[in-house]
Amino acid sequence: MTTTSSSNVVLDINNLVVGLGRKADAHRIIDDLSLQVREGETLCLVGESGSGKSVTSLTTMGLLQKGTLVPSGGSVKLVGEELLTATDRRLRQLRATRMAMIFQEPMTALNPVVPVGRQIDEVLRAHTDLDARARRQKILAMMEHVRLPDVQRIFSSYPHRLSGGQRQRIMIAMALVLEPKLLIADEPTTALDVTTQKQILTLIRDLQRDHGTAVLFITHDMGVVAEIADRVAVMRHGRLVETGQLQDVLRNPTMEYTRNLLSAVPSLVPRAPRPETKEPVVLEANELSKVYRERSLYGKAREVAAASNVTLTLRKGRTLGIVGESGSGKSTVARCIVRLIDPTSGGVRLVGREISDLSRRLLQPHRQKIQIIFQDPYRSLNPRVTVGESIAEGPVNYGMPRKDALARARELLELVHLPPDAISRYPHQFSGGQRQRIAIARALALDPDVLVADEAVSALDVSVQAQVLNLLDEIQRRLGIALLFITHDLRVAAQICDDVAVMQHGRVVEQGPAAEVLTNPQQAYTRALLEAAPGRGWDFANFRPVSECIVATA
Amino acid sequence: MIGYLIRRILAAVPVMGVVALFVFLLLRLTPGDPAAILAGDNATPEQLDRIRTSLGLNEPIYIQFYTWVAKLLHGDLGVSLISNKPILEMIGPRLEPSISVALATMILSILVAVPLGVIAAWKHGTWIDRCVMGLSVLGFSVPVFVIGYVLIQVFAIDLRWVPVQGFKSISAGFGPFFERIILPTCTLSFIYVALIARMTRASMLDVLGEDYVRTARAKGISETGVLLRHALRNAAVPVITVIGSGFALLISGVVVTESVFNLPGIGRLTVDAVLARDYPVIQAMILLTSGIYVAVNLLIDLAYTLLDPRIRY
Repeated sequence: MTTTSSSNVVLDINNLVVGLGRKADAHRIIDDLSLQVREGETLCLVGESGSGKSVTSLTTMGLLQKGTLVPSGGSVKLVGEELLTATDRRLRQLRATRMAMIFQEPMTALNPVVPVGRQIDEVLRAHTDLDARARRQKILAMMEHVRLPDVQRIFSSYPHRLSGGQRQRIMIAMALVLEPKLLIADEPTTALDVTTQKQILTLIRDLQRDHGTAVLFITHDMGVVAEIADRVAVMRHGRLVETGQLQDVLRNPTMEYTRNLLSAVPSLVPRAPRPETKEPVVLEANELSKVYRERSLYGKAREVAAASNVTLTLRKGRTLGIVGESGSGKSTVARCIVRLIDPTSGGVRLVGREISDLSRRLLQPHRQKIQIIFQDPYRSLNPRVTVGESIAEGPVNYGMPRKDALARARELLELVHLPPDAISRYPHQFSGGQRQRIAIARALALDPDVLVADEAVSALDVSVQAQVLNLLDEIQRRLGIALLFITHDLRVAAQICDDVAVMQHGRVVEQGPAAEVLTNPQQAYTRALLEAAPGRGWDFANFRPVSECIVATA
Repeated sequence: MIGYLIRRILAAVPVMGVVALFVFLLLRLTPGDPAAILAGDNATPEQLDRIRTSLGLNEPIYIQFYTWVAKLLHGDLGVSLISNKPILEMIGPRLEPSISVALATMILSILVAVPLGVIAAWKHGTWIDRCVMGLSVLGFSVPVFVIGYVLIQVFAIDLRWVPVQGFKSISAGFGPFFERIILPTCTLSFIYVALIARMTRASMLDVLGEDYVRTARAKGISETGVLLRHALRNAAVPVITVIGSGFALLISGVVVTESVFNLPGIGRLTVDAVLARDYPVIQAMILLTSGIYVAVNLLIDLAYTLLDPRIRY
């Protein structure tokens, strides 16, 4: 580190080591990490899960779980003051006044039983001598500053009354109310929809510009990096891989790992369309609707249309994507089609047979023709059942002898590129990506005609995501299976779908070939979605901005 | 809120109706002549006749039910077959000892157990936590009468600080009332401290892992603030449930403790009635106990809505 530029360094981490436990030979979660964040600068800390990004931020805040993760070397200085040796009392004083943090999940980061105004008020009560009136005024002003509407009402609202975006604004207001020198944002937009994400990123940028705050922004999303970073630091296995100015890292990554990370980011430019086929239609949804009625004993019944008049067609060997933000009804449609829930009206034809009105018992023989993969591979496999049993369970249910079913499970594990010995192991022995492969093998065990993937790659790191997408593509080509792909991620949709249907408020607003819908959207909502996609100006895999890419191909 | 309260109270009516029907049928549907069951083996025909007439057994069964419920609603629980006294008069004086001991036990248990549970969760895995949990196992496993007699031996017989047994109404002065309920209260508190401390600890451990607790710490507020303002209130719902059902259990009778300390409470009245096959008294006790449970459940639900704004009413 040079001493000339150290005058405005807000956060200075040098040779930090954090070990798992107190022993000298403890496994190092953070290994010899050094980085600086200067006043008015945003440093994006990028890396895949397990790279040590969050541990770095929690170490800085002094919020590591005591006794489990222990900083054993190096230094962390905040405006020149050492934090690793600071007392608990001093750390409490520094939090919110000099350094503040916002977290990934706005839904759970606020106390559900305390009104949000009071939660911000706590910061002022703990760190200032202001009286109640002055505090309230300061809070309302801050809430307006983070562009919350109707601040008087929101002040006394409980968190569950607010949207995800509003809650994250409350978190930001809480973090910045005392104008700290350093703001640590740990994946603050990951749980938000793209349009909300864009607003929050703009807000953080503006507030930083107004107050000169140093921001340590943690993310796994290269798109977000491109939107907000001044400098980028790439981490892997607790070590710093590469650091540099945003443009330098995106254009000329020096390290192999960074190159791979960038190459794995799916492009927003749709892949070359596959030729139209005359294969038979395997799945049709006709005017499908799902209405939730909330009955109360005395009051009027409330109706919420989670999906209305959704019509979709899917041919053998093709991929249809349903894209939309949370609450748009895409998962409802998927679940109605698989008959995990019963549609209120409309029809579902599966391989020529109407299944929407079949009873559970009559539906049974048709179930094997349509299978589903869920979002969270950590929760969709029974932890107490071996992988082999999980895969074989379906065929056994449909009358296949156990021995044959297990043999089939072995073949399927090979198909999804897992070792054959995986059959006798348990889900916890596998990584997230491997578990999603197991979930795919399980779904394929019944030889379905249609595979429904409900946000099946959303919980995975980009490199793993790319592998799973390739796998799905390969399986589709080999088996000619039809894929219904539900996603909120337009990049993923652009790379895997032949056709897309864009959903908003339970309705399909636009539908057509992916190459058309995603490059030349006709509806305002689709355009807004595309414009909000972070990093849309960058073609990460080719290390250049999209504008240059167009010039290059022109 | 008021609307919710009224709805909940109205919803309790059919529950109590079903209980009343069950209690009524208990006697009528037992095989044989209810009058004979009531009167016992050595009854004279005149006695049987008198019982039949007094119970209205000559009427059709629905009229019998109607009459019985009408009497209930007027506060007439019937007459004991053994003592010939109106049952309401028998229960009345028994309520004070039972309610006093139940309330005192609950207050003492909460005051001791909740802080213990919070500290154990906060110091999770340390010797403090292990001590609290060890004490809790002890509280569960030592029989109530052993604790009762040990307390009597030490505080009443050896130290002579309090009387050995008995009960004095609070109308006779707070001092005599207090020194007679303190030992039964302490005795019963052992098990409730164990129960509530365990529940509080488990619930707090869950909540302390929540994101909003991390947020609270990141705000730089004191550890006490984090524990009490943020964690405890969120951890309270399961604890309240245990406290509520424990309270109902305490009122409806703690026979062993009442016997050890010679307390004239509800529990002993019930046991005496069962042993003597005093059916009208048994019926009244079932109704009373069910009523207490329904009321306590209503209070627990109300407490939920006050504690957690997400629970809709």
